[in-house]
Amino acid sequence: MAHPVTSTSIPAPDRTQSGLALGRLARRPESGSFLGMVAVLLFFGLFGGSGFLSAAGTASWLNIASEIGIIALPIGLLMIAGELDISVGAVIPAASLTAAIVSGHYGLPDWLGIAAALGLGLAVGFINGLFVTRTTIPSLIITIGTMFGTMGLTLGLTVKIAGSTGVSLVPDPLTKLILGDYLGGMFQVTILWWVVFVVGLFWLLHVSPIGNWIYALGGDKESARNVGIPTKRLTIGLFMLSGFSAAFVGVSEVMVYQSAQVLAGQSFIFNSIMCVVIGGVLLTGGFGSIVGILFGTLTFSIVNQGIYFTSLDPNVGSVIIGALLLIAVLTNDTFRQLALSYSSKKAGQS
Amino acid sequence: MNDKPTILELRNVNKSFGPIDVLHDISLRVRAGEVLCLLGDNGAGKSTLIKTLAGVHKPTSGQILMDSQPVTFTGPSDAQGRGIATVHQFGGTFPLMSIGRSFFVGVEPTKGWGPFKIYDRKRANEIAVKAVRDFGITRIDDGDRLVGGLSGGERQSLAIARAVYFGARVLILDEPTAALGVKQASHVLRIVNEAKRRGLAVVFITHQVMHAMAVGDHFAVLIRGAIAADFRKGEKSREEITDLMAGGETMSDLEVQVEGYMETHEGHPPSLQVLKGPTAH
Repeated sequence: MAHPVTSTSIPAPDRTQSGLALGRLARRPESGSFLGMVAVLLFFGLFGGSGFLSAAGTASWLNIASEIGIIALPIGLLMIAGELDISVGAVIPAASLTAAIVSGHYGLPDWLGIAAALGLGLAVGFINGLFVTRTTIPSLIITIGTMFGTMGLTLGLTVKIAGSTGVSLVPDPLTKLILGDYLGGMFQVTILWWVVFVVGLFWLLHVSPIGNWIYALGGDKESARNVGIPTKRLTIGLFMLSGFSAAFVGVSEVMVYQSAQVLAGQSFIFNSIMCVVIGGVLLTGGFGSIVGILFGTLTFSIVNQGIYFTSLDPNVGSVIIGALLLIAVLTNDTFRQLALSYSSKKAGQS
Repeated sequence: MNDKPTILELRNVNKSFGPIDVLHDISLRVRAGEVLCLLGDNGAGKSTLIKTLAGVHKPTSGQILMDSQPVTFTGPSDAQGRGIATVHQFGGTFPLMSIGRSFFVGVEPTKGWGPFKIYDRKRANEIAVKAVRDFGITRIDDGDRLVGGLSGGERQSLAIARAVYFGARVLILDEPTAALGVKQASHVLRIVNEAKRRGLAVVFITHQVMHAMAVGDHFAVLIRGAIAADFRKGEKSREEITDLMAGGETMSDLEVQVEGYMETHEGHPPSLQVLKGPTAH
């Protein structure tokens, strides 16, 4: 009664090429964020003048994008799996200072400092994952807790060991080349590392079978466990990945700037979440893509830096980012609805 | 008539939650290639019964037999491992996953070797689409489509096809047609018939007599946790079943009888034998 009887008698219309392409496009989580990126690129290309489009201008936002991007990727994976990680904001300075204290203050080899810093990131991630899987506390609260814990320990231990809140480190040439160099004098080598992260995590989410588990985990944790996915190990693994990535950014920061500060990294918390959401990842999990997060990060960084190339008040940049976030969520919702309704309409026709 | 092998059997199963008795002395047989329709009003104990069959609840007393061997399910995954699959009212649970991905979730087909094993999207989509199409749902032709974009009937069909593909022998369908329109429901009923034809034992829970009549071989009516009527196809007319189901005369007769029995028997409901006399036509 709810379905008109006539729909059976209508012969199935041939699938038109454009309809197919539109449906496929709408089904991709990154469609909305791609449009957003093109829009801000056009806007700042027009109003930012030649400064924005120059190599130096491009480098200014690509450098920012690479650091946020490395963190936004695993945050995005966690969000697709239905979790959040706030603690990255504390892991970045903690890793910077660990590397600086081990290799700078104590003068041990650079690789040891790097290993210690990355190990610290993995450890914080492991603790987050352990708490999230063993308790019913939401990961937002748990990671806020570990963020403050890490922050306090970093500050306390740094002052105790080094006697100040900042520690400097002069990396040896090889380390500098690998982690802290500028290509062409302006492009941070971190950009290349970002590409490595993008490729690696694209493989994890979209190519390897584990990607399917991540989507299932975010879609319905109970069902995912019932079909035999090791949900606990997967959750802990994803938190360790985000801890590792945050530590990696901390290490590359100290290699680039040659000093580590206790109070660096707070801005990464919200910025990375914004990149992920602008990139079309569903806040409640189950939907999103690596390419979308990449576009989201680029969009965010273009607005963040592009504003300085225009005649606008730099504070307007924050307003634009805020508005962009809301528009992004709305567009992404629309695209998601389109992806769903497109198919059912199709089903009704044929 | 009853020559088909029994796959799953409940023998005098009782289930209580604390002081509340939910199932009373249930004895049922689910045969290969047959559809057992479980009819009953809300609160009759249908969902407790299917959860017992699916290994979610353990019977307080009584036996579950699978292939004539007594079994105790340690949990739903144990029952699943033995080939008992439950498909819920809304079918797929991952609306934002593609058909191929959700079909194979947890058991993804891979290609490549060692750490470079990759998810074989093409094969997953092909198998998933073929499995659904084999059940007669020819409108599904693209494994990349999102499950959430399918109609209710298609989602049910997908879930049933998935259960069959992964070797289910007993298919428990929990009100699969309840939320569907007429046309969609008929699709699902066709799928149920196809599953039956393939030799699966199907437990079909519904309160729509038309749907039950269309596919059922064997019917059991649950009232207050007890089997109030147990008959085979053709033994009762649609009107009689509707009466039983929809609270017509027979239904009210039964209820009065059950209540009267409970009053004189310290609150215990009657066994099937006690009820059989007056309800048999």
